[in-house]
Amino acid sequence: MKSSIRDVGDIRIIELGGKITIGTGDVKIRELISQALEDNKKNILFDLGDVTAIDSSGIGEMVACYTTVTKRGGQLKLMHLSPKINDILQVTQLITVFDVFDDEREALGSY
Amino acid sequence: MKANSEMRADLVLGSRFENIEVAERALIDLCQRAGCAEDEEYWLVTALREAVANAVRHGNQQDPRRVVRIAFTISNSTVTIRVEDEGAGFDPAQIPDPTDPENLLRPSGRGIFYMRQFMSSVEFGSTSAGGTAVVMVKDLVSNGNDRPEA
Repeated sequence: MKSSIRDVGDIRIIELGGKITIGTGDVKIRELISQALEDNKKNILFDLGDVTAIDSSGIGEMVACYTTVTKRGGQLKLMHLSPKINDILQVTQLITVFDVFDDEREALGSY
Repeated sequence: MKANSEMRADLVLGSRFENIEVAERALIDLCQRAGCAEDEEYWLVTALREAVANAVRHGNQQDPRRVVRIAFTISNSTVTIRVEDEGAGFDPAQIPDPTDPENLLRPSGRGIFYMRQFMSSVEFGSTSAGGTAVVMVKDLVSNGNDRPEA
């Protein structure tokens, strides 16, 4: 899994690519969230535009990250879902949990 | 794929998450030779990954001395994937519904749900040694009788 981070104001954008799957990707996103919170960035936007696959461990870790960030008083949101990642969020009904955006400006304005 | 033909492949893998990639590559190769549609291949791989991950983590407890056995069969219109572990077995009925509102924020418990969503049928049984054997079948729209022979 690939990742990069950039900050826009007090919002941390975490761009993810490749597979968010058991044993690697899931651990990596946990580390990225921990780093953001250590950097006092509680408002986080996952850019999933280059994510090719996400398994149940990856989805589970995203849910755990959502819970962690929310408990710290922040918000974790998603943008640029591919049709297949969107399908997965739909069938797991996690689409009702996460705020999802297609447009970065709109996403940033929602915090 | 010619009518009435069948492709089979068997894998025996050590209980390491890295080996999920090996299983994935084998399935993709079979799917491509069988002419599966891209979407079908994607969801087959998704279900396979969950089954193997469950076998490694929950079945074999990541014990490197235990193996995961995988059998692929692609016929003219269906893909069948059998995954066996060397664990102590389990009752899938005990897995709570991950889409129940009270479970939505649980970080685990979606693997079997994934498999059932993306395959036509998923059946759990036991191996002769008491481990879990899951058999997943996907009906291929792209490779069925509705498509003319090449």
